[in-house]
Amino acid sequence: MQANRPETAARDIEHRSRKDARHDRIFRGILRFCALLVLAALLGAALSTLWGGREVLFKDGFHFLTSDAWNPVTDNYGALAPIYGTLVTSIIAIVLAVPVSFGIALFLTELAPGWLRGPVATAIELLAAIPSIIYGMWGLFIFVPFMADHVEPHLADTLGKIPFIGAVFDGPPLGLGILTAGIVLAVMILPFISSVMREVFQTVPSRLKESAYALGSTTWEVVWDIVLPYTRSAVIGGIFLGLGRALGETMAVTFVLGNSYNITASLLMPGTSISSSIANEFNEAVGLHRSALIALGFLLFVVTFIVLLIARLMLRQLAKREGK
Amino acid sequence: MTNLAAAAQTPSDTASVNERTKIKVRDLDFYYNGFHALKGINMDIPEKKVTAIIGPSGCGKSTLLRIFNRIYAMYPKLEAQGEVVLDGENVLDKSYSMNRLRSKVGMVFQKPVPFPMTIFENVAYGIRHHEKLKRKAMEARVEEALRGAALWDEVKDKLGQSALGLSGGQQQRLCIARGIALKPEVLLLDEPTSALDPIATGRIEQLVEELKKEYTIVMVTHNMQQAARVSDYTAFMYLGELVEFGVTEKIFTKPDKKQTEDYITGRFG
Amino acid sequence: MSAIYTRRHIKNIAAKVLATAAIIIGLVFLVWILWITLVNGISAFNWRLFTKITAYGPDGGLSNAIVGSLIMDLIAIAICAPIGVLAGTYLAECASSSKFGATVRFLNDILLSAPSIVLGLFVYVIVVIPSTSLSGGAVSFSGFAGSVALALIGLPVIVRTTDEMMQLVPTTLREAALSLGIPQWKMTLQVLMRAAMSGIITGILLALARLAGETAPLLFTAFGNNYMSVHPLDKMASLPVAIYQYTNDPNPTLHAIAWAGALLITLFVLALSLLTRLLFSRKKVSYD
Repeated sequence: MQANRPETAARDIEHRSRKDARHDRIFRGILRFCALLVLAALLGAALSTLWGGREVLFKDGFHFLTSDAWNPVTDNYGALAPIYGTLVTSIIAIVLAVPVSFGIALFLTELAPGWLRGPVATAIELLAAIPSIIYGMWGLFIFVPFMADHVEPHLADTLGKIPFIGAVFDGPPLGLGILTAGIVLAVMILPFISSVMREVFQTVPSRLKESAYALGSTTWEVVWDIVLPYTRSAVIGGIFLGLGRALGETMAVTFVLGNSYNITASLLMPGTSISSSIANEFNEAVGLHRSALIALGFLLFVVTFIVLLIARLMLRQLAKREGK
Repeated sequence: MTNLAAAAQTPSDTASVNERTKIKVRDLDFYYNGFHALKGINMDIPEKKVTAIIGPSGCGKSTLLRIFNRIYAMYPKLEAQGEVVLDGENVLDKSYSMNRLRSKVGMVFQKPVPFPMTIFENVAYGIRHHEKLKRKAMEARVEEALRGAALWDEVKDKLGQSALGLSGGQQQRLCIARGIALKPEVLLLDEPTSALDPIATGRIEQLVEELKKEYTIVMVTHNMQQAARVSDYTAFMYLGELVEFGVTEKIFTKPDKKQTEDYITGRFG
Repeated sequence: MSAIYTRRHIKNIAAKVLATAAIIIGLVFLVWILWITLVNGISAFNWRLFTKITAYGPDGGLSNAIVGSLIMDLIAIAICAPIGVLAGTYLAECASSSKFGATVRFLNDILLSAPSIVLGLFVYVIVVIPSTSLSGGAVSFSGFAGSVALALIGLPVIVRTTDEMMQLVPTTLREAALSLGIPQWKMTLQVLMRAAMSGIITGILLALARLAGETAPLLFTAFGNNYMSVHPLDKMASLPVAIYQYTNDPNPTLHAIAWAGALLITLFVLALSLLTRLLFSRKKVSYD
């Protein structure tokens, strides 16, 4: 009996070791499965919209991409107007948001006194926390009338009179339209771009900046000649991140775009975008119409995926350099 | 092979014939992403003594310690070749189970790392994994471990409080209690006092004196005085090799190797 | 010489002025939007919001939408929190240096900013269509489908924070646990997660703040409902969708109700994000 004990104890310990190893394998399997679900979500989003839009995409995908017709009555669908609206509003947003974000990042990293940085940075980041539907409401009820009364008449009177580019700012001051949507989007993506810029500006080694200051450089020269070149890829990454957000945003633009499938040169005219077409029409759409909307979703997904891919790759370069 | 081993590594001369070897290290090589970090280590670590491993940083002393309980295996791309024989069995053998190894070989780390639990749970947590004990028996075991680590009197009234509230020295003794609660045979101490103040360090050293009555202790330290104070045997390592291993007194007074002497007299480091 | 100096100086001052203008622009929009929401929301605020359902229209409230939002947000968190925490744990504990881990981490970041309306379409295709055909049309749009869509919004947030927070847990804690013979699963669940708890909770709250304000993914999953429904397989009202519908309506009384709803959501979301900031900043301190 006595002699037996260590043996049973040893057997027991081996038994437990095997059990632990088995549980560890199961545990890792579960964790891995959950990680795979993340991939499944992305892949699923691509495949399901491809499948849902197959009637339009596979039947005459070329027509779908190049036609500007959108007619539920004759079941004739072309994605050109929504694509145009999505691209133009996003480009406006980027053109407006990038310099402002740069200014914000510059202010927060180089100009603001220490006590001001935290609160102001938090405030700017709160812009990202406001739900997009609030941007939409504010856009429709407040900003559209503001644009119609105070901004667009001036634009039409000044820039609109210039030959050639005048067409871009020509039109009735509706308030609704591509330009307004672009501005609302610009405000929405400000916090994303500026926080990336701010973060990467902070990664610039202070010895670099200090040596430039020591040589008599001004703040502007340090930022333009030292900080920006050092962080270029990440800054571009941040801009693409903002672009990805702008392309995919729905609620902030749906109310203010005006929902029109006409493609016009004027930014003051109503338009549509991929996401707002889907949001506006999906629940009334049947058959081919619904399929066309899902196909639009697929296009949007592919485009944003590529943009975000570029963004992350650019951002990763900086992370790598920092890590090494 | 036995010859070669006997030649270099049994703590040379003097001391005890009656000493039993607890851990036999044979031709141990270690690779670190392909880097040859330990080169042909052979040493016999005696039972119920304190063996100190000293050497400049990067010499592989911590690495060696981490092989004894196979904790290195949690990282990818690390590889150990050779044998570490504990009581006649090679612990590097895959068939030597983790539970068995780790209940026989306890470890205390550089920085005190209490678990985010109560003081009681910190000690009971490890026991619970290996043994099913009734509440009374568990309380007795925890008390025994805390007494063993000379911590009981300080914490007996606050066993239910978070261990994170203890001082650094107390936390380190708690980690020792956690280790000895499993009733191991070997205790590995990886620079156990490097994060502590002198008073806390003194208490740990005192404790080590006590603990060697029951445990075989292997201690890595960067502090030569500490090695001289508390250890019975000292191994000096340099650039991944075991340069000299012997009775502490001898190593510190008349070492055989020039390198050892240079290091001990502070001529390099 | 001094002409160059003056030009450089002027340029520098211009840059500083413009940067200050930029921050003012940002703050002006923030204050403008919040102020408008606050003023319009408060002036439309009354207890009917919480007691009457949307079916009464201008004489009604938003009670069914509030309840629906709460239900869907909670189910969404119940779905995405465990999956996200485990997936994030996988990245930190099992795949911190593997290719597969890097890929998942990378794609998770993309999912983080993927268009929410497409995620809505995704759930429409994989949940709404199948449940319609399986139930013979009895179940189509549902609160459950809405929750799944919201869960997809929250998932990448939780994965990312959990990953980062688990990586912050000192390695020595892992070594200490393993050196006691504790197996990996026990160590992860009982030691590491406990150490990273406040960070993980921060991630979950952050996810909640994000998905609570989402409208687009709900439009064709939960759809909306003018009556009180608490059954997850029914069409379900939600605050964002109700606001969307009321904003699209020409009736100004409905606009007022929409503003009140907008204020509720904004307060909820901003309070959550400020709370997480607080939790998180404390977290950082405790790790230094």
